[in-house]
Amino acid sequence: MSRVKRARMMESLAKGIMGIATLIVVGIALFLLGYLAYRGAPSVTWEFLSQAPRKAMTEGGIHPVIMGTVYLVLGTAAFALPIGIMAGIYLSEFAPRNLWTRLIRLAITNMAGVPSIVYGLFGFALFVMSMRLGVSLIAGALTLACLTLPVVITVTEEALRRIPRELRQASMALGATRIRTVRKVVLPAAAPGIVTGSILGLSRAAGETAPVLFTAVAFFAPMPSSPLDQTMALPYHLYIMATQAVRPAPHVVWGTAFVLVAGVSIINIIAATWRSAQRKKIKW
Amino acid sequence: MVNANTGSFELEDVSVAYGNEIAVAGVSMTVPPQAVTALIGPSGCGKSTLLRCLNRMNDEIGGVTVGGTIRLDGDDIYAKRVDSVELRIRVGQVFQKPNPFPMSVYDNIAYGPRTHGVRNRAELDAIVEHSLTRAALWGEAKSFLKKHAFELSGGQQQRLCIARALATEPEVLLMDEPASALDPISTQQIEDTIAELKDSVTIVIVTHNMQQAARISDRTAFMLRETMEAPAALIEVGDTRTMFTNPSDPRTEAYITGRFG
Ligand SMILES: Nc1ncnc2c1ncn2[C@@H]1O[C@H](COP(=O)(O)OP(=O)(O)O)[C@@H](O)[C@H]1O
Ligand SMILES: [Mg+2]
Repeated sequence: MSRVKRARMMESLAKGIMGIATLIVVGIALFLLGYLAYRGAPSVTWEFLSQAPRKAMTEGGIHPVIMGTVYLVLGTAAFALPIGIMAGIYLSEFAPRNLWTRLIRLAITNMAGVPSIVYGLFGFALFVMSMRLGVSLIAGALTLACLTLPVVITVTEEALRRIPRELRQASMALGATRIRTVRKVVLPAAAPGIVTGSILGLSRAAGETAPVLFTAVAFFAPMPSSPLDQTMALPYHLYIMATQAVRPAPHVVWGTAFVLVAGVSIINIIAATWRSAQRKKIKW
Repeated sequence: MVNANTGSFELEDVSVAYGNEIAVAGVSMTVPPQAVTALIGPSGCGKSTLLRCLNRMNDEIGGVTVGGTIRLDGDDIYAKRVDSVELRIRVGQVFQKPNPFPMSVYDNIAYGPRTHGVRNRAELDAIVEHSLTRAALWGEAKSFLKKHAFELSGGQQQRLCIARALATEPEVLLMDEPASALDPISTQQIEDTIAELKDSVTIVIVTHNMQQAARISDRTAFMLRETMEAPAALIEVGDTRTMFTNPSDPRTEAYITGRFG
């Protein structure tokens, strides 16, 4: 066999193996979502979405659970977005490149690698105990914000780094200050990346159980009426029903899982579609 | 409109260092007002570096030190009381690659004036029309002022960038190889624009294209970095015609006859 033929054969073989690997990944994802939809979708009725649980959660809906997660995520966004985006802008546009900022970046990378249960313990010690917020919506949102911060900082820096240096130079050469350059030219161009990346980070927070375990959630609580109230939340609800409910009602468990995954997926898809539409409009 | 005889530079023993590395040293020359001065020389000889001294864009790169004296109409532009923002209103710049902002044609041109406090819509309209006219783009652009700047062709984008730089009524326009990324027809249009503009604004243009320097400039400065260890220096500066027909330095002659670089 000629060398060229052998090289061609190796190429097809390699392509084939990589293709199979990809198929396995796609298969797992499809099976997961398909099974979830098969088991969960039938229980998702209007009643399920709009009513409170009844009879030890074997009947009724999960409305307060959904709203608990919505409030937690909104609270997380309120803390993590302003701080994270501002820190990302500072690191990308203003901070000097020296040993200190390298250490800061390293710390942020490490923050992203800390297991979420550790955030839960940290949040319990700091927000629940030391700051005396108690087990509450706000303590949970602050804890989730700590977990989401490194994601927001990193996506902000990355989105800003995609903006060509020439644009900044053009603005500075027109006598704009650095801050005006960032506000009027760099940030608007980077906004789609920042917003979408942040939403992806927030949707990860929406699905976290461990950080809210000691800081925010209760097995059963009414709709929270103040930030200092305890709350229910989708991932924790799922966990507690699957492991500890006296008589778990499978249709409620699967329905809850489906609502969580579908909600997060829809938001992620909207965010990603919007970003790619924006990027198509602005091509460098 | 700009007064006659403003926008002249005097450079005295100018040097630039990136960190500890001296890139350019000992440049003394004058840039006459309302004329085109070309900076030529092989790549890496410090043309862009020297150009960026004239609007202090080097200040934005960390670790750059500029030595010597540079005066714009008699005033030291590196004096403590000079704000680089004010300097850049008087000294505009056009870059090598067209770099319009991701916004409409109109907003691109209005960016400079808005930055410096112009809010009145009629005033902005007038500035936009005037700047586009000076950059020879008004005829094409008046119908798509609201369009996104990225929809323009490369040549149109570069003339938009010229219009944008003109919108603050600078006395001097710095151009760093403004046509090197463009096709021949667009290059011709840019050169025509430069010829029109030089009656009202001083132009300093970097070009690696000697024919271009010969065509469009009144005065030429030739820079050269003779060894990698030594900083770049100004070899010869003078009237363009004289320099191309009768250079006084053998290195200039070697360069313009294409024997190196
Ligand atoms: N930002 C920078 N940092 C460090 N060195 C630089 C920088 N810009 C240019 N230089 C150096 O300065 C010298 C002159 O570069 P430049 O002014 O870009 O030359 P030209 O425009 O004539 O091609 C080169 O040796 C280059 O490596
Ligand atoms: Mg250059």
